[in-house]
Amino acid sequence: MAEPSVEYIRSITRQYAKLGYKPYTWVYNTDTPPWQPLRKPLAQSRLALVASGGIYRRGQIAFHSKDDTSLRLIPTDVRTEDLRTSHFAYDPTDARRDPNVVFPIDTLRGLVREGLLGGLTEHAITFMGGIYSSRRVREEVAPTIAGYLEAERADIALLVPV
Amino acid sequence: MTMSSALDITRAVNPPRAVFNDFPLGHTAGKPLESAVNREIMIATLRAFETMRTPGSIELLPFEWSPDHSWKHAGAGEGDNRAPRTEELTYQTEDDMIAAREGKLAEECIACSNWSPESRERHSAG
Repeated sequence: MAEPSVEYIRSITRQYAKLGYKPYTWVYNTDTPPWQPLRKPLAQSRLALVASGGIYRRGQIAFHSKDDTSLRLIPTDVRTEDLRTSHFAYDPTDARRDPNVVFPIDTLRGLVREGLLGGLTEHAITFMGGIYSSRRVREEVAPTIAGYLEAERADIALLVPV
Repeated sequence: MTMSSALDITRAVNPPRAVFNDFPLGHTAGKPLESAVNREIMIATLRAFETMRTPGSIELLPFEWSPDHSWKHAGAGEGDNRAPRTEELTYQTEDDMIAAREGKLAEECIACSNWSPESRERHSAG
């Protein structure tokens, strides 16, 4: 890579200090993460898309910006033009032109058609992110999402944070 | 597999498997209306499922947002340019708000935080 990547933790920490905000407690997980080997070839695997870009489907309730821990289940046969973006922390201009930048649904459907990927779960799962408390993410949001992944019989999950 | 556009944050979170796509925030999975490059990004991402062997791996993807890297220096700005945090629902359009209020998707209402996998199973029974 020609240039080093942006140091978000350093720049956000500096910005919070400048604005007089309380320092944010970043999560540093130092233990070796859990590991599940791929059980089937990709071409036979059912993938669950989990995205935090504030995507909802027209007709669903939108998100709010104050530690919104709710989820939306988006049918994976959704019409792309029915997808909407509701987010407080990133510029959604491009996501509104093409939701695939944060919710790669057409990209994945294309690879399923090509036979590179076995299939998608019946629903993708979306949420807002920007939840200030990492404890609430760990104890409320993550286990709920894991429950859906099991209920939808996902073989693999693709997480797309923003 | 976690996609990421924030390498330092992903290193700190330390998920089992990740790919890093060095794009501006809000473009984790690609570029708007560029399905060919987005396909390549996704193929590289999915391949990593097959090739990664070590928990905590982060594969650096070779894609470039633009030959010009000035976007990396835009910084967070002087102030806080995020919308204030409130519990007001932020619809993309007023039409969406009306559609949600009409409850067009009430049957499959998928919206609420009190949903659980159990209630979901009720819908998918059979």
